[in-house]
Amino acid sequence: MQKISARNMVRAMVGNHAVAYAVMQAKPQVLAVYPITPQTTMLEKLSEYVETGKLKARMIRVESEHSAMASIYGAAVAGARVFTATASQGLLYMTEMINWAGGQRVPLVAAIATRAIASPWSILDDHQDFVSKRDAIWIQMMAENVQEAYDLTLQSFKISENQNVLLPVMMGFDGFILTHTMERVEVLPDEIVDSFIPPREFNLVDFTDPVGIGPVATPEDYIFYRHQAQRAMERAKGIIDEISREFQAISGRTYGTIECYLCDDTEYLLASMGAWTGDARVAVDRVRSRGIRAGLLKIRTFRPFPKERVRDIVKKVRKVIVMDRAVSYGSGGVLASEVRSASYGLDVPIHSVIGGLGGKDVRPLHMEKALDDAYSNALEDERWLL
Amino acid sequence: MMFMRGNAACPGCPIPRELDALLEVTGEKTVLVVPASCTTVILGDNRGMPSKVPVVHSAFAASPAIASGLKAALNARGEKATVVVWAGDGGTGDIGFASLSGAAERNEDILYVCYDNEAYMNTGIQRSGLTPFGAWTTTTPLGKKERKKPLPQLIAEHGVPYVATASIAYVFDYQAKVRKAKDILGFRYIHLLSPCPPGWRYDSSLTVEIAKVAVETGIWPLYEVEKGKFRLTSISKTLLDKKKRKPVTEYLKLQGRFSELTEEEKGTIQQEVDEMWEWLAKMESSNS
Repeated sequence: MQKISARNMVRAMVGNHAVAYAVMQAKPQVLAVYPITPQTTMLEKLSEYVETGKLKARMIRVESEHSAMASIYGAAVAGARVFTATASQGLLYMTEMINWAGGQRVPLVAAIATRAIASPWSILDDHQDFVSKRDAIWIQMMAENVQEAYDLTLQSFKISENQNVLLPVMMGFDGFILTHTMERVEVLPDEIVDSFIPPREFNLVDFTDPVGIGPVATPEDYIFYRHQAQRAMERAKGIIDEISREFQAISGRTYGTIECYLCDDTEYLLASMGAWTGDARVAVDRVRSRGIRAGLLKIRTFRPFPKERVRDIVKKVRKVIVMDRAVSYGSGGVLASEVRSASYGLDVPIHSVIGGLGGKDVRPLHMEKALDDAYSNALEDERWLL
Repeated sequence: MMFMRGNAACPGCPIPRELDALLEVTGEKTVLVVPASCTTVILGDNRGMPSKVPVVHSAFAASPAIASGLKAALNARGEKATVVVWAGDGGTGDIGFASLSGAAERNEDILYVCYDNEAYMNTGIQRSGLTPFGAWTTTTPLGKKERKKPLPQLIAEHGVPYVATASIAYVFDYQAKVRKAKDILGFRYIHLLSPCPPGWRYDSSLTVEIAKVAVETGIWPLYEVEKGKFRLTSISKTLLDKKKRKPVTEYLKLQGRFSELTEEEKGTIQQEVDEMWEWLAKMESSNS
């Protein structure tokens, strides 16, 4: 348990309100949000902050998610700090502008309350919406609990606006599981947040030196820009860790691209991302108590994928069991394929366990069983928790 | 000259002149938001820019929303500038219609100019919702069967402070409208009929002539709706008397896209123009 700093305030907040609170403290000047379950209560809270003057920002009540992303893109190129939030179908509807913003490498922050994609309809959680944006030139991070959702929202603004990064950031947190669950949250005082996230200084719309933003590119230029984006992603890994250390200094809480639990002597490594990482921790503890040396790899940054750090951990273990809440159909579990790719050439079997799609309940029991089966060589390459 | 010569427009294309006439009025403190359209190409690649003002290129459906956010950011920074969306008919009336209607309903403080060349010209002359009845396009090879979407009226119905139509053949009228729109707070909309030599199948020397005949035949009435008050402008004021309007055939015969029309179809077009003028007369008299 980390030391609680005396100056920090402890509150009980649902995830949507915790993210809204962090956004208010980050002082964006322009917000544009369209309601979608399970993000809606965040939008309502932000509207309340703006209407009561707690947050001095223009809230653009747009007619669609496509326009939500377009509006904050327009505001961001003209120098404002901006925010939006969405989920599921909204994220898909926003996708054209998600890529547009990523392509121009404009600092933006969007919170994604993850939710299954239709059809058939489901308002419940999985990660399919979130991982489907993996090629959009956005930094993507997933929170494990409400505290992380609050903390990562603050860090997102700083990461996005870092001059060596300049990439939009998507802060994912599991729909309903975190958005609507009340947890204990330590919030930072406003003045600490102010010093952590100073006012933004990026502006592309300059009347004294006018430029075209996003014009037609020649093939030579186009691939050059894309290469620059890839390099920015690579640089971002180190900067995310650096900003995490700064954040640790003001909050006492540790962050970074990955987190490892009981990894020093691990033989059976459970890998996960998002809210069920808490369940994974329980499963690891249970099998440990029976003498199986299990450990947990929590992936916090999905893009850039922390390949090198994952590989360093995987090469020391006997087997990896990856928990996946999203599938690349015709290929397999999305996170599993990322871990496999990071582990290329290592002689370590990587098992994929797919579950939780459309809100299907997954418990520590299921993960414990997967670890036990891996131990007794009874785990399939790909297991669906139906 | 705010919009320079040496751009990538087709010969006879009115867009550079239309843009220049606009920027002459709005000045250096203007930001252009331009969705996918002929202007995207005219503005060229990132190696040079024919415009003396910042240009924010936009995805097809997004420009009114991008302009909304842009204006909000300029306000937050205390910067006074005119945000102008410069979009074609497809980006305005078809794929961009939801975001246009959203921005109009929110009464965003932006000036929206639709340069209407009546088809998807940038991709090679495919029909749009604003292609007129009877016109040939590559996707209506036998002529369009449906009517043109009445965009200025639809925007005016949102109750925005200013809506106007304009023509490059009547530059003073167009610039007067831009001047008026520039100083109005809220959503302003100007709809420019913008002839297209390759798309309309006419000789590139005839652009201004065609734009003029469109007004003289009454097919393209010049008017403005200011705070709900309707007013015909320029020579359109004199055309309420049907005898003063040239027959629409004068306009149709100049263009290859109407060459396959039957006499009956030409009659239909004339009849619809006459009916529109009855409506315009009512609008005009309702304010006197």
